[in-house]
Amino acid sequence: MSEAEKDRSMLLQKEMLAAHYERLEAAPETREPVVYTFVPGNLTELIRAFGALPVLPEINALQSAMRGKSQAYIAAAEKAGHSEDVCSYVKCDIGMSTAGNVGPTGTRLPKPDLLLLSYTGCYTFMKWFELLREQYGCPTVFLQVPYQADGSQTPVQRSYVARQIRETLIPTLEKATGRRYDEERLRENLARSAAAEEDLVAVLQSAKKMPSPIDAYFGAVYYVGPIFSAFRGTAEGVAYYRALREEVEERAARGEGPATPAGRLDRQKWRLVVEGPPNWTHFRDFWRMFAEEEAVVVASTYSKVGGTYDFGFRHDPSDPLGTLADYCSGCYTNRNLPSRVEMLERYVEEYRADGFLIHSVKSCNSFSAGQLTILREVERRTGVPGAFIESDLVDARYFSAANLKNRLESYFQMLEARRAGSGT
Amino acid sequence: MTRREIVDWAAAAAEDLDFTAARRWLEENTGRKAAGYLPVYAPREVVRACGMLPIGVHGGGDRLEIIRGDAFYQSYICHLPRSVVELAESRRLDFLSAMLFPATCDVIRNLSGVWQLLYPQTYVRYLDLPQVPDRDLAAGFWREELEALARDLGEISGRPATEASLREAVDAGNQARALVRELYRVRRETPWNVPTEELYLLLRAGELTPLEEFVERMRDYLTACQAETGRMRDRARVLVVGAFCEQPPLGLIQTIERAGCFIVDDDFLLGNRMIGAEVELEGDPLGNLARAFVRHAVKTSTLYEGDPAGKRRAIRERVAAARADGVIFASASFCDPALLDRPMLRAGAEEAGVPCIAFQFAENTGQFQQFREQAGTFADSIKLWGGAL
Repeated sequence: MSEAEKDRSMLLQKEMLAAHYERLEAAPETREPVVYTFVPGNLTELIRAFGALPVLPEINALQSAMRGKSQAYIAAAEKAGHSEDVCSYVKCDIGMSTAGNVGPTGTRLPKPDLLLLSYTGCYTFMKWFELLREQYGCPTVFLQVPYQADGSQTPVQRSYVARQIRETLIPTLEKATGRRYDEERLRENLARSAAAEEDLVAVLQSAKKMPSPIDAYFGAVYYVGPIFSAFRGTAEGVAYYRALREEVEERAARGEGPATPAGRLDRQKWRLVVEGPPNWTHFRDFWRMFAEEEAVVVASTYSKVGGTYDFGFRHDPSDPLGTLADYCSGCYTNRNLPSRVEMLERYVEEYRADGFLIHSVKSCNSFSAGQLTILREVERRTGVPGAFIESDLVDARYFSAANLKNRLESYFQMLEARRAGSGT
Repeated sequence: MTRREIVDWAAAAAEDLDFTAARRWLEENTGRKAAGYLPVYAPREVVRACGMLPIGVHGGGDRLEIIRGDAFYQSYICHLPRSVVELAESRRLDFLSAMLFPATCDVIRNLSGVWQLLYPQTYVRYLDLPQVPDRDLAAGFWREELEALARDLGEISGRPATEASLREAVDAGNQARALVRELYRVRRETPWNVPTEELYLLLRAGELTPLEEFVERMRDYLTACQAETGRMRDRARVLVVGAFCEQPPLGLIQTIERAGCFIVDDDFLLGNRMIGAEVELEGDPLGNLARAFVRHAVKTSTLYEGDPAGKRRAIRERVAAARADGVIFASASFCDPALLDRPMLRAGAEEAGVPCIAFQFAENTGQFQQFREQAGTFADSIKLWGGAL
C-alpha cells in the first residue's frame, strides 16, 4: 500500500505511535515511569493514572515483523537456547531486548520500572515475563484473571480480580512510580475509554453495510491499534476514534470500500468472517491475497483480543476496579470455546458472511488449540463453508505464500461454485 | 503379592486403554460414578469425597493408534490432546461422568472447551489453579473453586460431599502421597533397587485404580524393596525434568536407565505428589486443601514463580536433594510450559556446574536409539569428567 493510498486515520495513528515511542525513548530523562504489560487484559487506564507509560511486547514483536526485523531476533533467541517449538512473539521480544532493545521504529525502548503480568487468556504470558524479568531485574506484579470456562465471569472471579488490583497492583504501582493512587484520575481515564470504545464499535459494525467501508481483519489491525496499545483512556485515543469513525462514515456514505494493498476495495465479491491472528511477516502480501479475490473481511475475532466491545461492554467509571475486572475477563482468548463459537456464529449471521475462515498460527495455542473443532461447529450451525489455513505470527519460516494462495484460491472457487449452484 | 506380581499388576493397569479396573469398580455397585482428570494437578480428594472414582486421563501413549484424533489438532500442537480425543471418540472414556481440566497450559484449557462442544452429556470443569503470590488471596479463591467443584460433583454422584467425607478423602490423599514420597526416597537412596520403570508403572496404575488398591500395592512393594535390596551399581544419577504433562513412553524411561543412568528424581505424573506436605485434618477440609496447595505445591512450570531467583534456585535445590550428577531436560514436543521454562532452569543448573542435556519426545515415540546415544554419552561424560560440582 503506498502512502497515498493510506487512510487519514492510518497516518494519524502512525504519528501517534511515533510520538509514543519517542516519549518512551526519552523516559529515562523525563523520568516518566515505564510499565511493560500485555495487550489482553491491559490496564492502561490504571497505568496512565500513575503517570506511567505502557509498553506492549506483542506490539513490539508484530511491528518488528512488519518491518522485517523479527527473523534475526528469533534466530538470536533460538541460539540462546529457546526452542523452535514455542511462541515466536516471545523469541522476537527476547531477541530484540538482547540486541539493545531498539524498538520497531528505531528508537530505543527504556527498561521497565515494572512488569505488570496481566495473566489473561494466554499461558505463555506467564513464562514470557518470567523470562523478561531475568533480563531486566525489575519488580514484577502478577494479576491472575480467571478463565471464563463456563461462558461468563462469576462473582467470585470478579471479586478475585478486583481484590488483586486493589490489594496488590495499586500498592505495587505506587511503589514503582512513586505516585499515589488517584481514583478520580482513573475514573476520568475510564470515561475516555468508554467514549473511544463507542466509536470503535460503530466502526467495526459499519461492516454490516454492503459494501463494507472497512476490512474488519487486516484493516481492523489499524483500527484497534491505539485502543489495544497505549492510548485507551487518553485524549489522543478519543480524538483518534472520533476521526476514524467520521472517516468510515464518510466512506460508507459514498458507498466505498476500504483501502487495501490492491487498491480500494469497492467491489466486494466475498464477505468473510475470520478467526485467528494475522501473519505479520507478510502482512500486506497476505492481505493482498484476499483483496485480489475481492474478498473483504466483515468481522474477526482477532480484533477482540484486546477487548470485546461489540456485545455491549464499555468501561464504567462508576465502578473503576470492577469494570477493569470485567474488561480483562471479556477479552477474546479468555473466553471458552463454546463462547467463541457463538460469537463466530453471530458474526456470520449478523454480517451476512459468505464464508468463514480460520487462520491458525503455530505460535499461539491459546488461539490454535481447538480451532478445528470450532471450524466444524461453526459450519454445522451456520451452513456457511469454512476454510483452514496456517502460518505463524512473526516467524517467516512458517509463511508459505504459494501454499496459502493455493488454498485461498481453491476456497474462493468453491464459494463460487456454491453460489452458482444456489443461484444467488 | 510378590514384587513381580505387583509390577505385573501395575503394568496391566497402566497399559489398559479400556480402563477395566475403573469399569469394574463402577459395576460393583449400581449408581457409582467416575470423574476423569487431565494432568497436571486435580484435587482428587474432592472427587473421592463425592463418592466418585478419580481417573487420570494421560493419553494413549505409544499403544493407541490415532485414527480420529489427528483431525482435531494441527501438527504443531502436542500429542496429548489428540490421543485423549481418540480415547473419547473410540468410546473408551464413556464411563466417565465428569472431566476435569486443570490450568496446565492453553492446550489443556482449550481441550475443556472441545469437550464442552463434543461431549455435552459429560460434566466439564476447568480448574483455574491459584497463581497469585498473595497466599491468603490465592487460598481464598481456590477454596471457592473447590467448593463449587464439590457442589457440582455431589449433584452428579448423588452423594454430596460432607465435612466427614472430605476429611476422610484428605486423610486418604495424605496416606497416598506419603507412600509416593517414600517410594521416591527409596529410589533416591538405592536407585538400583527401584528401577524407574517399576516406579512409573506403579504411579500410573495409581491413577487408574481405586485408592485402597493402590495403597495396598504400594505398601507391599515398599516392603518387598526392603526385603530385596538388590546389587549396588554405579551409574550416573540424573534428574529428569519437563515430563509433567504428556508422559514419555515407557521405552524412553527404560532407555535412559539402560544407557547408564539412574533416574533419581523426575516430574512424571507430578500431580500425585503436587502437594509436598501433609494436608491438615483439623478444621475446614476444603480450606486446608486450598491452603496446602498454595503453601506446599511443588515448583513446576505450570505455576507462576514469584521469586525472580526462584527458577534457578529450584533446579539447584532439586539436584542437591537428589544428589544428582546431571539433568536431562526431557520435554514433550510443543510443550509450552516445559520448553519456555527450560532456558531458565538450564541456566540455573549450569551456573552451578551441573551438566545438562535436552531432548524432546512425544508420548508415541517409538524409536529410542537417539535417546540411548545421548543418555549414554551423557552418563559416560559424567563418569569420566565428573558431574555436579
